[in-house]
Amino acid sequence: MIDVLIIGGGIAGIETACSLQDLGYETVIVEKERTIGGHLNNWDTLFPTHRPASEVLEYYTEETRKRALTIYLNTYVTSIIKLDDGTFEVNTSRDVIFHSKTVVIASGYSLFNAERKEEYGYKIYDNVLTSADLEKKLKTLNGEFKTPTDKVPEKIAFIHCVGSRDEKSGNHYCSKLCCVTAVKQAIHMKQICPQADIFCCYMDLRMYGPGFEEMYREAQEKYHIQFIRGRLSEVGENADGTLQLKVEDTLAARPSKIKVDMLVLMVGMESPQSTALFKETCGLQCAPNRFIQPNDHHIGSNKTNIDGLFTAGTSIGPMSIFDTINHAKASAITIKNYLSRN
Amino acid sequence: MRNFGFTTTKSRTIDYEKIDTRLISYILQNEPSFNACLSCGSCTAICSAGNLTSFNIRKLSLQIRLGDIENTKLEIDKCMLCGKCLLECPRGINTRNVIMLIKKGLNIIDKNEI
Repeated sequence: MIDVLIIGGGIAGIETACSLQDLGYETVIVEKERTIGGHLNNWDTLFPTHRPASEVLEYYTEETRKRALTIYLNTYVTSIIKLDDGTFEVNTSRDVIFHSKTVVIASGYSLFNAERKEEYGYKIYDNVLTSADLEKKLKTLNGEFKTPTDKVPEKIAFIHCVGSRDEKSGNHYCSKLCCVTAVKQAIHMKQICPQADIFCCYMDLRMYGPGFEEMYREAQEKYHIQFIRGRLSEVGENADGTLQLKVEDTLAARPSKIKVDMLVLMVGMESPQSTALFKETCGLQCAPNRFIQPNDHHIGSNKTNIDGLFTAGTSIGPMSIFDTINHAKASAITIKNYLSRN
Repeated sequence: MRNFGFTTTKSRTIDYEKIDTRLISYILQNEPSFNACLSCGSCTAICSAGNLTSFNIRKLSLQIRLGDIENTKLEIDKCMLCGKCLLECPRGINTRNVIMLIKKGLNIIDKNEI
């Protein structure tokens, strides 16, 4: 019987495991991919400092190595069952069944599939990327930046709220991080393509965290990024591969058209399919946004409706790296209290 | 050509390919903080001129960005330079300097110097 089984080897899962191991508990991480680190593996730089994501990843790789954490890679959970004695049986894709006193769901999020917003032309027009595609492109950038059709961009637009705050795509909620990510990526693009005009089309700008508003101001004042308040209605492609955008400038109360060489869609976060599976197998309660419903938003955000089943990170909703790390640390303390009581 | 009395309506669509950037570039060169505008409208709410006339400094700032120089010429003289907007701006933009720069910029454009 292990003390804590952690589902997900991203930042949340690793931080929870490290903290619990330091408190003297035996932990096991189950990760569906072949490597730890989750989405961070695909990210180039982090807001608000523009530090390389690899720095954070290396830190956690080292912490994992130092503690010799037990991690099952290429393994995904197929069901969580709470037994009568209050412990858990966790079945996996391999022939391994775990018995654990507690379980932590640190399975994170999945990115919105931009193809669902067909009118934005993702996978239809070559020069339409998602924010995640751009990060990958920047991470592997060698030499001059070029658009998918091999042009040095002169005009780039970032579209906020793709798959967020949009009931047409089934997601009424705000993904919280896309605003600041757009500002970060816009600054980055201006730094590597100083000749380019950069537009950000937004509905509201939610610069909620420390350093975010400063970044936004820097984007306006130093990098001359143009913020247009309005939601993109549709995209068309010109014969030369450039894209024609239709956006209302809602402050001017006039429709506008913008021709760009590259379009970046700021895709939001969604609850992963695995959460729906956990909901089915153990009666886990989810919120209307399909993420896990915390037992108490303020004083029990790591707890779920099931005693002994906890959460860490974005399994309860969109969260930044630093919020995720804090949430994971809080999870470790919550579990410690639970285990010492039972 | 014979005039049949028909007219066409000019498109209201803003075309970012055809924006006159002379005035906005001149202002930003001399007052970079102008770009930090959030369009919150507190300048307009406190504006003495706006209380008595159709002058709307928030809207004007947007029109300048969209290159509407003709309308700016008509509007700018309504400002009384009281400077209350300067006290109000949450981003600390030197709005009075912006107004002066608009006036100077319009002069320079008239003389075809930019």
